[in-house]
Amino acid sequence: MDLHFGDSKPTDEERAAVDALLGPPESSWEGADRSDADLRWARGGREARDRRDLLLPGLHAINDRIGWISEGALDYLCRRLTVPPAEAYGVATFYAMFSVKPRPATVLHVCTDLACAAAGASELCAGIEARLGLGSGVSVERSPCLGLCERAPAALAIKAGDPVRTAVSAPATVPDAVLAASAPESAPEEPPAALAVPQAGGDGLILLRRVGVVDPASLDDYRAHGGYTALRRAFELGPAGVIREVTDSGLVGRGGAAFPTGRKWQATASQPDHPHYVVCNADESEPGTFKDRVLMEGDPYALVEAMTIAAYAIGAHKGYVYLRGEYPRALHRLEHALAQARARGLLGDDILGQGYAFDIEIRRGAGAYICGEETALFNSIEGYRGEPRSKPPFPVEKGLFGKPTVENNVETLVNVLPVLTMGAPAYAAIGTAKSTGPKLFCVSGSVDRPGIYELPFGATLGELLERAGVREGLRAVLLGGAAGGFVRADELDIPLTFEGTREAGTTLGSGVVMAFDDTVPLPRLLLRIAEFFRDESCGQCVPCRVGTVRQEEALHRIVERTGAAAADDIALLREVGRAMRDASICGLGQTAWNAVESAIDRLGAYE
Amino acid sequence: MTAMPLGVPRRLVEFTIDGQEARVPEGATILDACRAAGKDVPTLCQGDTLTPKNACRVCVVEVEGSRTLVPACSRKAEPGMEVHTGTERARHSRKIVLELLASSVDLSTTPQVADWIKEYEAKPERFGPDAARLDEEPKIDNELYVRDYDKCILCYKCVDACGDQWQNTFAISVAGRGFDARIAVEHDAPLTDSACVYCGNCIEVCPTGALSFKSEFDMRAAGTWDESQQTETTTVCAYCGVGCNLTLHVQDNEIVKVTSPHDNPVTHGNLCIKGRFGYQHVQNRD
Repeated sequence: MDLHFGDSKPTDEERAAVDALLGPPESSWEGADRSDADLRWARGGREARDRRDLLLPGLHAINDRIGWISEGALDYLCRRLTVPPAEAYGVATFYAMFSVKPRPATVLHVCTDLACAAAGASELCAGIEARLGLGSGVSVERSPCLGLCERAPAALAIKAGDPVRTAVSAPATVPDAVLAASAPESAPEEPPAALAVPQAGGDGLILLRRVGVVDPASLDDYRAHGGYTALRRAFELGPAGVIREVTDSGLVGRGGAAFPTGRKWQATASQPDHPHYVVCNADESEPGTFKDRVLMEGDPYALVEAMTIAAYAIGAHKGYVYLRGEYPRALHRLEHALAQARARGLLGDDILGQGYAFDIEIRRGAGAYICGEETALFNSIEGYRGEPRSKPPFPVEKGLFGKPTVENNVETLVNVLPVLTMGAPAYAAIGTAKSTGPKLFCVSGSVDRPGIYELPFGATLGELLERAGVREGLRAVLLGGAAGGFVRADELDIPLTFEGTREAGTTLGSGVVMAFDDTVPLPRLLLRIAEFFRDESCGQCVPCRVGTVRQEEALHRIVERTGAAAADDIALLREVGRAMRDASICGLGQTAWNAVESAIDRLGAYE
Repeated sequence: MTAMPLGVPRRLVEFTIDGQEARVPEGATILDACRAAGKDVPTLCQGDTLTPKNACRVCVVEVEGSRTLVPACSRKAEPGMEVHTGTERARHSRKIVLELLASSVDLSTTPQVADWIKEYEAKPERFGPDAARLDEEPKIDNELYVRDYDKCILCYKCVDACGDQWQNTFAISVAGRGFDARIAVEHDAPLTDSACVYCGNCIEVCPTGALSFKSEFDMRAAGTWDESQQTETTTVCAYCGVGCNLTLHVQDNEIVKVTSPHDNPVTHGNLCIKGRFGYQHVQNRD
């Protein structure tokens, strides 16, 4: 690899930001001043190239410090890591949170997605833009779902510097959001995560039992409330025993695809190729989903313990948490939890004195819904564009760095703790025969008490909405987020199980339950969903790259039309939707038409 | 005596294509089997010298038991697979893919695509006059070749040929995301400020004419490009001792373009700047 660099030089601050992550450069080959020794030895090569996975953290380091990524900064980072500048440019331009053009140090992300739109995001956005125009030092960006749906409308301010400052304003008003953007360091503290859990502290909770009860910063508190009993049990059972318990429990993935967790673990554990990896998918970006954020903010050690168990079961010594870039509080809580666990021997070379070594690294996403797709996530961690890979081979065989990998969602992993503490039979007795265990639901929209609800599988949609205090005039409920489907207000007896929703011709997805009353114009909602998919398509395959654009154009044309005037475009949507579902590479394109189709067929959105 | 490398003997995989028995060596793709069986499956992003990227999705076929259609170019044949190449479902997706491409990209120089559009009864105009197009101007920043990204279907072949599959120069990448994704060098700079070594191997693999010799681009603009008047002569490059094959495309006794045979066992269609572009002395008649 003979790399070519331009003449742009990094500023001292850009250089410092990169060096803070990578350490000072060792030779001119890595961007230091040239010394006599450099003329004799070429450094770099494989050793440097093998650090390609530090490209994304490097881009974050620059963006966090400066607010954007200049040519000089990108070139310097490329020199340090022996990455071709063209490829690094391709990676930097892939993520919505990065900019390769100068912009103000502060960016205010104002959510205009479904729950926030229904809560008046467009007026909020207009108000903020009027106050924070050019010259205000703040760049206002309309953002997809920020995962703060229980407090809609929401805004997130990120002020570059050393250190980078963030502030969340939710529910946001124009003055609050402007304050958060102009002085993030003095903005009021976010309410505790437990406020997103209306059942907090109640009896009978399993997954949420510690949220709002324990101090999320205290490892002692976690242990006093049953923490690390599951890991002890795991060491008693041995790896094969853990996998047997998880398989017998009937636990399936909670991220949306509902794949049996035990089978995934078994398939990875039995791969002869090493090392094995555990990856936690915490890139929660499905509009309307915020359960993983609440778990990580309210009970971060549970995730650390669960990942340790997963690693032990499959023989992995290294784990990654791929955390959504828009979740600053979850990042701080998890970083703190990891440091505490390391200091107390619960991560590291000899966990609980059992001689088992495992550690976890956090990698931040940078604003790309597609990186929640498991193979796109691997590419993102590895320092490539977050484009999905074609399957097969599946991650259990060739995953992160081409090695056997278990990738699980946060909620799935946290479920492993009760599986081990209660035992598989007791866990499997919860819920229904085909959907076992407790499930978290993210309820938002037209309800009095939005938030995360934990119910055993099998409760009906109506029961859930009643708990959340559904308001008068319910028109439709969106299940599973933008990739899910709408159901009517008279279908509230749908049981919230994988099989029950499938039978009803809809999906549970990641557990989003978003209620809309009859004041929300459906065509606008559908247009927002279409805009979301157009913005978030990675662009790799034609059906999704162009199909999502054509879908949005058609929905735009019929936003004010009904009946015969919309019929031609609906027929066109059906044809394009079918090809997207059949021929796209990954789940994004395959599901991009689901919600729109369900709104047309079930709700009669254009009749 | 010439030694023919035979390689490791490979097992044969037996499966069916459209109800007919098919046998291909283990590791062969569905597309390999279809072509061996004489079945016409359209392809755009597939390249005979490159690892399939399966980005265009025009080669999708139906495989029994699979929830979605599968790309024939990259899916390996498996024993017992039942493949259907011409079902309504597969043809529908191909038709839509052709419509989506033709309504957003200039396919005027893409070979065969007009026939497929006819065959699949694709109607790209039905997305209306306001359907978003790429709307790119040709990038003319050097004397050797032109990048006309209005014709780019984002097949990734040029990126792969420039990168670790052949040239290892890594001068280009896909930048941006979704419909705004484009092939670009770093910072979207002109080619002359990039790592490009002008080997032209990206032109060799480009399936749509988005990348073309400046000579071809100029002649097309002047209306003098006429492939029916061109002869192709394969010869050996005289510059160095590697002995790469060159195919000279000659029109009116002038070399207008240079390619290289993809089935050459050594170079697989790859050349360097000298073989690809260093032919002017041949026609310097002063």
